[in-house]
Amino acid sequence: MNTESIVFLVLAFFVALFSVLSVTTKRIIRAATYLLFVLFGTAGLYFLLGYTFLGAVQIMVYAGGIVVLYIFAIMLTGKTGDAKQHTLTVGKRAAALVAALVGAGLLMFVIITHQFVSHQLGADVTNEAAAPISQIGSSLLNAGEEGNLLPFEAVSVLLLACIIGGLIIARKR
Amino acid sequence: MFDFKVVTNWIDTLLLSFLPGWAATLVECVLVALAIITLYAVFAIILIYMERKICAFFQCRLGPNRVGKWGSIQVLADVLKMLTKEIIDMKNVDRLLHKMAPFLVIVASMLTFACLPWNKGAEVLDFNIGIFFFLAAGSIGVVGILLAGWSSNNKYALIGAMRSGAQIISYEVSIGLVMLTMIVLTGTMSFSEICQQQADLGWNIFRGHIPAVLCFIIYLIAGNAECNRGPFDMPEAESELTAGYHVEYSGMHFGFYYLAEYLNLFICAGIASTIFLGGWAPFHIPGLEGFNHVMDYIPGAVWMVGKTFFVVFLLMWIRWTFPRLRIDQLLALEWKYLMPMSLVLLVLMAVCVSLGLTF
Repeated sequence: MNTESIVFLVLAFFVALFSVLSVTTKRIIRAATYLLFVLFGTAGLYFLLGYTFLGAVQIMVYAGGIVVLYIFAIMLTGKTGDAKQHTLTVGKRAAALVAALVGAGLLMFVIITHQFVSHQLGADVTNEAAAPISQIGSSLLNAGEEGNLLPFEAVSVLLLACIIGGLIIARKR
Repeated sequence: MFDFKVVTNWIDTLLLSFLPGWAATLVECVLVALAIITLYAVFAIILIYMERKICAFFQCRLGPNRVGKWGSIQVLADVLKMLTKEIIDMKNVDRLLHKMAPFLVIVASMLTFACLPWNKGAEVLDFNIGIFFFLAAGSIGVVGILLAGWSSNNKYALIGAMRSGAQIISYEVSIGLVMLTMIVLTGTMSFSEICQQQADLGWNIFRGHIPAVLCFIIYLIAGNAECNRGPFDMPEAESELTAGYHVEYSGMHFGFYYLAEYLNLFICAGIASTIFLGGWAPFHIPGLEGFNHVMDYIPGAVWMVGKTFFVVFLLMWIRWTFPRLRIDQLLALEWKYLMPMSLVLLVLMAVCVSLGLTF
């Protein structure tokens, strides 16, 4: 047990606890808040691996963007006292059970069959993964061998479509 | 320049001489946290006194002048009052979220506070992606504000939180673009490297000339809005929304919002002085060797804090001079004027850098 393993276990417990809390709570705004903590924990894992760029992206995009969007949507659509859970039908319960079992099976399959770089918790992979920001930038905007220009542009076209769709829905006639 | 790493390395070797590695790291973390929290509180007290005095002078008043000489310990009395006030529990609110929201805001504020480079070698959080981390940590605060408005079960608080959220998210776009423009100039995102570069080559605002000066102005406007301060203090416009998102808070929970508001002002000014005005880099004039040598004797921390308080004064000047905007004018200013301008500036800076037109 070195320091990194202890930090990893604390973070893993934190992520697991808030994941469970976010699906078991009955108030939707609390679920969004617990989700925020799960995302903080994930960002913490990235920082532990020394991959600061991905950690900062995690906080910026998910914590600062997606969760704020969720909270905005809940604030605009729900009522303050709207704490009652909707009743679940048998069909919904069965669908949820099947989805959960399939998801768990897939995850277990990937975890068991995947040959991890090291089988120990937090071994000597730290700081090796940290690519400098200039390298990330040039490989993101490069059409060559290591380049990712095409997916980058495809994602930006998708986002543009989202913006135009949002504007059309929101525009006053 | 004096390198603060001498001190930190001495403490490190001292601790390692009688402690194992993990314990030494732990002790260092606690020491750094204590230093940050102390600085945070001290700067908050100074800023609140400064704001009240400057506001008074702009309005031809005297300001606080009863407690202590020139009212200098008025703020300490206010802090004591705030600490002893009761924290009121309300019915029909989400208590957990209501109590958690101020902590989210203060944690975001302290994380960004820890990014400031105080001196050569005295950066607390210094990654190779420093500026990006600063922006990311700053974006946590808006969640705290939205949750505060929602969990108060009060329509004024809710409207205040919505306005504040919309405003902060909008102005973050401009701040991000302006910082990107300056990154084009510096070629690095790490605060320590940015400062070192400015100590060697000159302050960014002179190196980047026209685009940098325009960026500085946009940053000041957007930063003022980001801190929810006048003339953009719509979220807490007293006459219309009582006090905005923190109307239902009392005691130290309100105090956290108050602290975070002032420290965000300081952080905003500190980042402006780091990115545009050189951080801890002293003021040099090329050719005047004697003058430059004298400037080098002033410690970096004095330069950093001095520049930051200069920018704080600029921001307070703006706050107490201009009338408040309407919420639609405020959003139009960002989306129709500031954001397109900062996009144009980004292109202009890229052209200048690639043609070698910067110093």
